[in-house]
Amino acid sequence: MTGAGSTYDADALGWFGGAGAFGGRFMPEALMAALDELDIAWQKAMVDPTFTAEFEDLLQNYAGVPSMLYDAKRLSEHAGARILLKREDLNHTGAHKIRNVLGQALLTKRMGKTRVIAETGAGQHGVASATAAAYLGLDCTVYMGEVDTERQALNVARMQLLGAEVIPVRSGSRTLKDAINEALRDWVASVDHTAYLFGTAAGPHPFPSLVLSFVRGIGDEARQQCLDLTGALPDAIAACVGGGSNAIGLFAGFVDDPEVAIYGFEAGGDGVETGRHAATIFAGSIGVLHGARTFVLQDDDGQTVESHSISAGLDYPGVGPQHAALAAGGRASYLPVTDAEAMDAMALLARTEGIIPAIESAHAIAGALKVAKDRPGQTLLVNLSGRGDKDMGTAMEWFHLGEAGEKK
Amino acid sequence: MTSTSTAFAKARAEGRAALVGYLPAGFPDVDGSIAALKAMVDAGCDVIEIGLPYSDPVMDGPTIQAAAQQALEAGVRTTDVLRTVEAVAATGVPTLVMTYWNPIERYGVERFAQDLADAGGAGLITPDLTPDFAPEWIAAADARDLDKVFLVAPSSTDERIALTTAASRGFVYATGIMGVTGTTQATAAGVAPLIERTKALSPNGGADLPVSVGVGVSTGAQAAALAAYADGVIVGSAFVRTLLDHPDDRAAGLAALKSLTEELAGGVRA
Repeated sequence: MTGAGSTYDADALGWFGGAGAFGGRFMPEALMAALDELDIAWQKAMVDPTFTAEFEDLLQNYAGVPSMLYDAKRLSEHAGARILLKREDLNHTGAHKIRNVLGQALLTKRMGKTRVIAETGAGQHGVASATAAAYLGLDCTVYMGEVDTERQALNVARMQLLGAEVIPVRSGSRTLKDAINEALRDWVASVDHTAYLFGTAAGPHPFPSLVLSFVRGIGDEARQQCLDLTGALPDAIAACVGGGSNAIGLFAGFVDDPEVAIYGFEAGGDGVETGRHAATIFAGSIGVLHGARTFVLQDDDGQTVESHSISAGLDYPGVGPQHAALAAGGRASYLPVTDAEAMDAMALLARTEGIIPAIESAHAIAGALKVAKDRPGQTLLVNLSGRGDKDMGTAMEWFHLGEAGEKK
Repeated sequence: MTSTSTAFAKARAEGRAALVGYLPAGFPDVDGSIAALKAMVDAGCDVIEIGLPYSDPVMDGPTIQAAAQQALEAGVRTTDVLRTVEAVAATGVPTLVMTYWNPIERYGVERFAQDLADAGGAGLITPDLTPDFAPEWIAAADARDLDKVFLVAPSSTDERIALTTAASRGFVYATGIMGVTGTTQATAAGVAPLIERTKALSPNGGADLPVSVGVGVSTGAQAAALAAYADGVIVGSAFVRTLLDHPDDRAAGLAALKSLTEELAGGVRA
């Protein structure tokens, strides 16, 4: 289900990398029955041709999947290596997230539940959830940290237009992690009729595996598209990692190809050395957060430390447990990219290819540019996980855009 | 018999339920929480739960979360929690720590278990750790005769209740509502089926493992109604509220806390 034959599949209790290593299910007993119900429903659905056909049909005829693999020639010229972009930004709602929510929302209908809740950081998962809920006729409530509602106001408006209720979360750091806490509290009280559309490949079992099963098409498609285009596998692949759903989707297609190097780029914020960052694997330590054992940004007492990133979508102090296992096992390398490096890459892609990436995705571009220096002439496949429309406010502020006249 | 089960046995011998009182450590500050917990002991709590404030509580409602956040902002540390346990356990009342799991992993499971035992603590209540994911804690607790209080919920399957009661020691914590602390109110009619199922699925038909009801309990009348079914009644948010309501007058807060404890202690005896 999560990549047949891969060393990085979860066992029956949701452990990746061996029993007790990463993953698991650290959750209130009140949610255990619902998580078991979800696990069973998902496993049955994934082997039911009716469900998988409906999912595939929705992806193709509603979401615009498979997304294209784009040969970014001008960027490649700049990088000194051949860069291929998996264009998830062209999917309906503008990011890879739509794959996950369509799968989970279909599963919700199949389970006979009528309401979905979701958490969102940048708003992309919230917009995707509101979209899927509207399409499938489900009630939708989205929890969003108050800080994020301010920096992503456009996406709040989108969700509202799609009929979702957006609840600003004012506890803790008022960002994504607190939105997850609040959504979990809602779920404890509403689990009989509500499904939690978890936004990334993190959280308690079965969410990491379940989300991967819905987004793994990114990697499977990219692998085949690369073979078709170049006649070979890429030398390296790269994606940005917050919770890690776009990355694990891409990685799944290549994890069993040892000749393909795998890079995840985390949000280095102001620089890892400043402490203001979200480089969870690179600079965090092993702990339990939001239901899974994984890498966490925490202090000596196990209290979660607030993360920082210019990208709301990467501003998360935890990471999916499969990434933790990939990092610990040495299969993938996780490195930080600063806010400034990501913003430079955003501008570079816009000006070389006419593509404005999400700031999340710009982290992957920036990271790939670094990797390219060590791999001149090689082929690097980068997941362009989302488009940058939602980030124009941040870009305007960063680059002082919006005034006519001198080129910025 | 552990000190916790002794306290429940004593209450049972008196033909009543036990009153279990909760406050987070370090709220309003470490010494203030010790004074408040001792006041609760003096006014009639049979068992004390001390919360370990945590940055990402999933089961806590806004009242407890506000208190825990205040404690964290004031710099409370895990070592302060242990100091609080030591002071309260010295009264002779069984004192457990209620904690989310990550702070224990970070402190070191073996080290925490030993330090808790050394402080005179009775055991742990673990709202986000179920027996199937707790082998390390179970081993550390068993090695030191510490209580392992796991939770059951109205949504728990019979299979999970059997798993949970088999692994629990001291008592088993039945959540009175499907929700977080301090929000909706539990009713005897609502929670009675869970208590019945839990007793039926406990080893020896529940003779050795008391069942306490928590989450959604705040008044003496509720305590009285629930005491007819449960071996113990657990109150948290209502205690926290009395202190939150008197932020600038500690004496008034303690008086309100004492008065509420007496009301609830009267309830479990009604």
